[in-house]
Amino acid sequence: MSFTDKHLLGIEPLRPEAITEILDLADKYVALNRGALKHSDVLAGLTQINMFFENSTRTQASFELAGKRLGADVMNMAMQASSIKKGETLIDTALTLNAMHPDILVVRHPHSGAVDLLAQKVNCTVLNAGDGQHEHPTQALLDGLTIRRAKGRLHRLNIAICGDIVHSRVARSNIILLGKMENRIRLIGPPTLMPAGIAELGCEVYQDMREGLHDVDVVMMLRLQKERMDGGFIPSEREYYHRYGLNAEKLQYAKSNAIVMHPGPMNRGVEIDGEIADDINRSVIQEQVEMGVAVRMAAMDLLARNLRGGPTPSEVTV
Amino acid sequence: MTKRLLHNAHVIDPEAGTVSRGDIRIENGMITQVSQSPLSANPNEHAVDCHGKYLAPGIIDIGVKVCEPGERHKESFKSAGLAAAAGGITTMVTRPDTTPAIDSPETLEFIARRANQATPVNVMPMAALTKGRNGREMSEIGFLIDAGAIAFTDCDHVVSNPKVFARALSYACALGALVIAHPQEPTLSKGAAATSGKFASLRGLPAVSAMAERMGLDRDIALIEMTGARYHADQITTARALPALERAKANGLDITAGTSIHHLTLNELDVADYRTFFKVKPPLRSEEDRKAVVAAVRTGLIDIISSMHTPQDEESKRLPFEEAASGAVALETLLPAALRLFHAGDLELPQLFRALSFNPAKRLGLPAGRMTPGAPADLLLFDAHAPFVLNRFTLLSKSKNTPFDEARMQGRVLATFVAGEPVYEASI
Repeated sequence: MSFTDKHLLGIEPLRPEAITEILDLADKYVALNRGALKHSDVLAGLTQINMFFENSTRTQASFELAGKRLGADVMNMAMQASSIKKGETLIDTALTLNAMHPDILVVRHPHSGAVDLLAQKVNCTVLNAGDGQHEHPTQALLDGLTIRRAKGRLHRLNIAICGDIVHSRVARSNIILLGKMENRIRLIGPPTLMPAGIAELGCEVYQDMREGLHDVDVVMMLRLQKERMDGGFIPSEREYYHRYGLNAEKLQYAKSNAIVMHPGPMNRGVEIDGEIADDINRSVIQEQVEMGVAVRMAAMDLLARNLRGGPTPSEVTV
Repeated sequence: MTKRLLHNAHVIDPEAGTVSRGDIRIENGMITQVSQSPLSANPNEHAVDCHGKYLAPGIIDIGVKVCEPGERHKESFKSAGLAAAAGGITTMVTRPDTTPAIDSPETLEFIARRANQATPVNVMPMAALTKGRNGREMSEIGFLIDAGAIAFTDCDHVVSNPKVFARALSYACALGALVIAHPQEPTLSKGAAATSGKFASLRGLPAVSAMAERMGLDRDIALIEMTGARYHADQITTARALPALERAKANGLDITAGTSIHHLTLNELDVADYRTFFKVKPPLRSEEDRKAVVAAVRTGLIDIISSMHTPQDEESKRLPFEEAASGAVALETLLPAALRLFHAGDLELPQLFRALSFNPAKRLGLPAGRMTPGAPADLLLFDAHAPFVLNRFTLLSKSKNTPFDEARMQGRVLATFVAGEPVYEASI
């Protein structure tokens, strides 16, 4: 057992062995999910509450499905529509929920650090499903799993992360995870979308996409987060697409077997050309979604074991 | 009034830059004699043995927020006064960023009255430079001076319109009033909760470049040059702003600068996992900035150290970092935190009290802050070495939002005298 934490709040506190352990278990769940009978009982009797203070369709669905496939009782709470509007603070919401005795809390919040704060106040296990511009650990884990399955390893790869890095929690979690697994990370984007001091994390920063993509094994595109931009980060979408949109011509600079990833939802024609996104030889975007369910099952399974204080008698058999 | 003889002390004289064994005689609230050779007590005199501890001019703290009117549950004049006395602060220069803002002679008179009734230490209120601190129309500067305003400031609200600020500066200049401003480019710092850099990027916090302070200061310097105003920058916290300040002083402008105790003793990494008690305004800076600011206090480029005491209740701090309120209480931790700089070898005690007592008095035109006959006997007796671990619930402030909770500190106030009378005595 390498992953012994109570919560999964970010990639930052995880050791590489813990990451490997989660991915190894996730591999088994991929097999389960591809089988005829997609069910396990490892979370039977446990209650999972999905609290999303920010809109989400895919992540919430993925967590819900993961919980249900493991036999948990899953409840979704759309927080942006409820008590927050009535002026309730996050802590009060947490205490209210605590009284319902959930075992697993999956939380997304628009502010960095909000999930950490919540985790300090509740008795159950907390999974961070994205907090502000801080971390989105399960996304980085599913990306890691996708890369490992496509490339056969998750170390010593050249990985380019492209686009709107400053607004992206996905980028932060991936930079940390891929760095811990000893990969070479390149960040490509206009300087306005590059976080300050990011080169100090050991990343190489490129403004020219062709130069940055040279000989990479993995191209990870990010969504341009227009909803987080209060004006003036880029001159226009068409100029952005021209300089930083991934198309066949720019992809030529990467290795011939390089894979293309995107955390979704995509803006076709803004950061990625539709044809590349749909190219089954290059794009692993659909696999990412599939890995998402498996990784979340693995993470919740391991956290539930930690919650019970040890491995469950019923080890996963698939 | 009692006549007192404080004997067997180590007297810190920030004006002379000395620490020496000495005795001090007090009559009618004033220092009447300072002697390096032992004085003998007269029969009608109350003698106090200082046991060789340090005796310094009481701290004059520019920029204390007392939450009256408006938010008395956070801090009242009574609680702030007790906290100040316990912290060795003999004069609180209070901020007008209350609700409503102190921008009219009527409100100023109200708080001056409240302050006199409730606090054992001196209170000198500041008034808003513009009405409602909105940065649009200047407040009644003349009437406010008559009502007792010691300086004019919109606190952390920057008067962003240079025309309005220039007019307020020149009007204040004609009346000889001191204007205190917050050097910051507000369009850059809007919404920021951290200083941009690796730490803020990793934590995903909205951040402001340290350059925003330089930009604000540069603009203000240009306007002082234009108007000739008396100007004090409330907090200089970054290395990049220092050369601009140095040039302005060299050019003979009437400019001084302060910094907060938190920016001198903490850095951005102290925020760690989103600890909101470390959220202050401007945000904590890098260690390089902190060191540069400490060096500037040592050389005297930065004149004044303040607590920037800002009480916040638990509710406004127990929120996600971005949403949480800024500010920290510091009346009682100002001295032990400042002594960290002494114990680290960064500052000598006279340098420290030059920034805590002498310079603020000089800038505000007060007779205090000195260790000379004729100065008010506003004094502070302290043990610079006594160690303790701070428990925030023992603070006398109503709000307990200190970043030094559970911190190991050194230095305790033994007694505080205002006009020769003890307003605080440590229970030993």
